[in-house]
Amino acid sequence: MYRYDEFDHQFVRERTSQFRDQANRRLSGELTEEEFRPLRLMNGLYLQLHAYMLRVAIPYGTLSSKQMRKLAYIAEKWDRGYGHFTTRQNIQYNWIKLDDTADILAALAEVEMHAIQTSGNCIRNVTTDHWAGAAADEIADPRPVGELLRQWSSLHPEFSYLPRKFKIAVTGAPNDRAAVKVHDIGLRMHKNDAGAVGWEVLVGGGQGRTPMIAVTVRDFLPEKELVPYIEAIMRVYNLYGRRDNKYKARIKILVHEIGAEKFKAEVEAEYAKQPNQTTEVEAKELERIAAYFAPPQFEKLSRFAPAFEEAKRSNPEFARWARNNLAAHRVDGYTIVNISLKPEGGIPGDATADQMRVMADLAERYSYDELRVSHPQNIILPHVKKEDAYAIWQTLVPVELATANYGLAGDIIACPGMDYCSLATARSIPISQAISRKFADLDVQEKIGPVKINISGCINACGHHHVGHIGILGLDKKGEEFYQITLGGSSTESASIGSILGPGFAGHEVADAVEKILSTYVDLRQPGEEFLATYRRLGPNPFKEALYATA
Amino acid sequence: MSIVEKGQVMTANRLRDGEVVFLTRSGVWKEQIDEAVLALEPQATAALEARAVADEKATLVTGPYLFDAERVEGYIRATHMRERIRTLGPTVRLDLGKQADGTVGAFAFKDA
Repeated sequence: MYRYDEFDHQFVRERTSQFRDQANRRLSGELTEEEFRPLRLMNGLYLQLHAYMLRVAIPYGTLSSKQMRKLAYIAEKWDRGYGHFTTRQNIQYNWIKLDDTADILAALAEVEMHAIQTSGNCIRNVTTDHWAGAAADEIADPRPVGELLRQWSSLHPEFSYLPRKFKIAVTGAPNDRAAVKVHDIGLRMHKNDAGAVGWEVLVGGGQGRTPMIAVTVRDFLPEKELVPYIEAIMRVYNLYGRRDNKYKARIKILVHEIGAEKFKAEVEAEYAKQPNQTTEVEAKELERIAAYFAPPQFEKLSRFAPAFEEAKRSNPEFARWARNNLAAHRVDGYTIVNISLKPEGGIPGDATADQMRVMADLAERYSYDELRVSHPQNIILPHVKKEDAYAIWQTLVPVELATANYGLAGDIIACPGMDYCSLATARSIPISQAISRKFADLDVQEKIGPVKINISGCINACGHHHVGHIGILGLDKKGEEFYQITLGGSSTESASIGSILGPGFAGHEVADAVEKILSTYVDLRQPGEEFLATYRRLGPNPFKEALYATA
Repeated sequence: MSIVEKGQVMTANRLRDGEVVFLTRSGVWKEQIDEAVLALEPQATAALEARAVADEKATLVTGPYLFDAERVEGYIRATHMRERIRTLGPTVRLDLGKQADGTVGAFAFKDA
């Protein structure tokens, strides 16, 4: 199980006491807001619409039951009894008081958690596949590499004042669930014909106001070269990245302004310049880190679990949940449980303290004490015996955590939007609720099949609308909220940015528009063809006609 | 039809706890918009601004700014949805924020 090392312990404790002092100096007037703001942001504390908001880092989305219980405790003691799991695999609390914050950070430190590098122009919390270490299609667990990069980048003096924030995502599976092509740096593990493992390095992807797909700068980089090579990328970015304009400061702008070839040449030149590769990672250091992610002692089980099959036969609702919310595990007899935080009409990613405790208990009892937060805002129990799935489902049902819509139309990504966020130009949650209610019938959702509907309340795109199969972007038009719809986005290995379909809609029209798009798809699809494939085959015209021509 | 007065209200977050507050005639920052000064003229907004700057310096509040609002039937309402959400609470959680204590009844969000 992932844990902090001794350096982190000391460091986090020191950081908490520094913050306590900084907050006190702010409250006494010794620090101005201008002076204090960057300090609080470095500790994950924002000022939002209703109060302060604390963003807590969950490295790789990995949590123990003890940590999840601590998150529940914080929600109850210092917030309003709930938290919001984000598209960066973190959790946010919306009603935090400044004078409680140091106590909250101290409580987090007790369970090896903190809010460092959740904000600011530094290398942010590294994200990864939420099924890491469990997925059947995985080459190897990518989290040791994520952790290597975290340890290397945490408070790295050279990279603490970058032109802009910097996000790294890693995946160890060919089916990319970590959206590596829309990150500043994406790392994809590959295995060559000789059976050796190496990393494809992608640079310059991103969402926000200028969405871009990353370009590959190395196809197969040996693992030990990762740190020095990424260091070369960071140096090129630090040198050439624009600091004159916040909106052109991300590495994606640099890569696309000078061109992928030129950028690559700059990186290679920088990489070649290093006289001795002092940051090349020793095998024993990699092994030390990998030990933190050692897989649990799985039992030797049969692939076929009779009790599980019998439960599905006798309970159609359980069978539906098992069909939609379980995923293939790499070990026979085990399964991955995807707990949907998207109940009908609910708020995507929100969980109450009680729900957090139920999930923590389930993880402790059935999933080797491990939970994951996914970037699509769900919670995963990564290592569950198939024969335990029914008991888990029975526990989830009464606490409204058993919605069988994982990966379907109701499993919507939505940022907090204007209901909470001071940057938002429109609300996103009510739009997701309306769509979720429109497709409340799970038979209908299953008939439609896998589809990703992503909603952002402003162009910063925290709701990943650019890479939604159906993306919805909330904007402000003369003081009124209105919504643009894009189609054809994807964040997987075949990533693409969605295209705007046509004129925008008022909030109350969006769910109907989505319904028209999906019914057009159902009419036109070939047998077994998923929404994205149909869109890619037919292009936007049939959908445009369905939405706009009848008016 | 009642006369609608259009003006501006000074708001900020209270420094200590982040609570949304509004500047009232007595110069005290209050949590409810109903008691806020609706400044109708430049002199009035200038006075609010001066007070806000002083109170920010005095560590009472942070991030003060003016927003457009109107007085309808004796009650003040923010013109734009964003500010309405700040004065009431999230539209998706009617049990939270200022709307939850029932003192902002005049313009509360309706249950969906």
